Amino acid sequence: MDDTIQYELKKNLTQKVAFGAVTLFSVAIVGILVVILSFIIIKGVGVINWEFLSTAPTDGMTKGGIFPAIVGTFYLILGSALFAFPVGIMSGIYMNEYAPKGFVLRFIRTMTNNLSGIPSIVFGLFGMAFFVKQLNFGTSIVAGSLTLGLLCLPLIIRTTEEALKAIPDSYREGSRALGATKLQTLFRVILPMGMPNIVTGLILSVGRVSGETAPILFTCAAFFLPQLPTGIFDQVMALPYHLYVIATSGGDLEAQRPIAYGTALVLIILVLLINLLATVVRRYFAKKLK
Amino acid sequence: MRNRAEKLVESLFTISGFVTSIVIVLVVVFLFSGGVHLFRSPSIEHGYVVAVNADNPIDRLSPAELKSIFDYEQTNWQQFGGADEEILVFRLNDITNYFSEEDLGENFEFVSERISQLISENQGIIAFIPQEYAGENFSGKEIDGGTISLSEVFGGKEWLPTATPAPLFGLLPLITGTLWVSFFAILIALPFGLSVSIFMSEVASERVRGILKPVIELLSGIPSVVYGFFGLVVVVPLVQQIFNLDVGETGLTGSLILAIMALPTIITVSEDAMRNCPRAMREASLSLGANRWQTTYKVVIPYSISGITSGVVLGIGRAMGETMAVLMVTGNSAVIPHTILQPLRTIPATIAAELGEVSSGSPHYQALFVLGIILFVITFAINMCVASISAKHKNS
Repeated sequence: MDDTIQYELKKNLTQKVAFGAVTLFSVAIVGILVVILSFIIIKGVGVINWEFLSTAPTDGMTKGGIFPAIVGTFYLILGSALFAFPVGIMSGIYMNEYAPKGFVLRFIRTMTNNLSGIPSIVFGLFGMAFFVKQLNFGTSIVAGSLTLGLLCLPLIIRTTEEALKAIPDSYREGSRALGATKLQTLFRVILPMGMPNIVTGLILSVGRVSGETAPILFTCAAFFLPQLPTGIFDQVMALPYHLYVIATSGGDLEAQRPIAYGTALVLIILVLLINLLATVVRRYFAKKLK
Repeated sequence: MRNRAEKLVESLFTISGFVTSIVIVLVVVFLFSGGVHLFRSPSIEHGYVVAVNADNPIDRLSPAELKSIFDYEQTNWQQFGGADEEILVFRLNDITNYFSEEDLGENFEFVSERISQLISENQGIIAFIPQEYAGENFSGKEIDGGTISLSEVFGGKEWLPTATPAPLFGLLPLITGTLWVSFFAILIALPFGLSVSIFMSEVASERVRGILKPVIELLSGIPSVVYGFFGLVVVVPLVQQIFNLDVGETGLTGSLILAIMALPTIITVSEDAMRNCPRAMREASLSLGANRWQTTYKVVIPYSISGITSGVVLGIGRAMGETMAVLMVTGNSAVIPHTILQPLRTIPATIAAELGEVSSGSPHYQALFVLGIILFVITFAINMCVASISAKHKNS
């Protein structure tokens, strides 16, 4: 009898210890995020003002703002979206609505997964060899945007496919029974229903694009440009590359530090906003559908 | 009309459906075409020759041997099977030690004659000179440096891509650097990742889970360059202080940052697997008298072990391919590390740091593409691994 009680006690004690430990680790994760965010916010918040956001760097990167880098990142987001949004969504549609189940679908899915696993620096290498050299775009906004677009394709494809998969077949059948063609069904019934999740995926892919550095190192990023780009074959400055440059190289690292903190904070705010937007969109559409 | 439009749109869908496959093929083609000629290019720098006295019995020297001679580590021809003769190293800018400006001519028109003369007069000389000076009537004998060999690249312990007269492309320091950093990163991330996924799927209430989920999404959303910057200004000095080192930019610093970056991958994949454990199995275990922890590690974890493995493997892949953060905090010295507390350099960081400075098509450029191929093959293998793990799980 005693043995049983002791066993029960021990069992419950082990559970307390184990669950306590996993709770502690989880609190630590939150702690890590809080430390990183608050460190950059506290150090960077004093730097950010209207002038910082609206002027170009001066005095060898030690003074002035980051306006050209913000504009550049905006161009790159726009360029990659123009390419990756339609292609990614169409690819997702093909996978869920058209592709024959079985080998073809499995093959495409494996390839998409493989593409998402390729390190971003390999995308950079490929972008340089293909877009910059082979297609002769030069180091330019086009080359950078296309490289970044390829990078976020898998994310868009996967979210689109998941979004469409979640829609019950009865809707498709109902629409077809009323005489609509497959394409009409797609545009009038399926896509509107899947839109919230698709849009969430698109927003998250913008987040990914805006923070990537390695793919643009050799395809479009410039250390410093005296004026804003005038065409799609110009180089641009970009926020993540700018942060890398002023954090690691330059004449006066100490004087550059405040600007680096400011740039990091702008990047963080961008990421926070994008995540927030994704959540809001998801909630808004979810309510509307109900 | 309408039918044709539909056909058109549908064929557009089909083409887009294969876009990822096409991209993969293109990536393979262009990585290989960028790197494949490395093993056919001559070891000795393009446009230059290495020459010795015509009586010297040596015909060929490997890049490593050339480096040891030009670094004055080896000073006698006997070492290479030649005569017992002191080695005299000659580079073009040494020429003023031997000849006056008059000897060389007003417009340096006699330079090649003088070099030829110098080489014929010195038995032990080895000269590294531009090709144009080794034309007709050249008295010296050109050394055959051979082509860059597979064994020198994959077995070489030195990565000195800008060394003269023959650059060294030994990959071992970079490969070991990458492996060390990712291994320690996973070692650090594993207990965190597993604990958090257990917490989220087994312990936390829906509300607490609702807080943790966005935290993890944010962690994966922070750009790698911001992690690198944070590492540079916070973790680097911290590591330096704690371990009392000369520099804080070490492998461990990289591992710490990489651990944080690999966490979201590990957590989301393994938590997903744990939550997929059927309710009936949990309830069966609980009804037999097991408590929740016993159920967790005797039922839930064994059930979801393939998912957890996938998460960890994907985390390793993420860590091995990460570029910017590692580039900023590991110190980037291309030596084979003996401890994790010394600066090291990874494959992605090498590509990022050096590709901007090389001329297109040079052996160095091609060597960087070979590095890209290696990275691609590793991550491709990792993804195939994960795919087969999950396929096996579905079947069983």
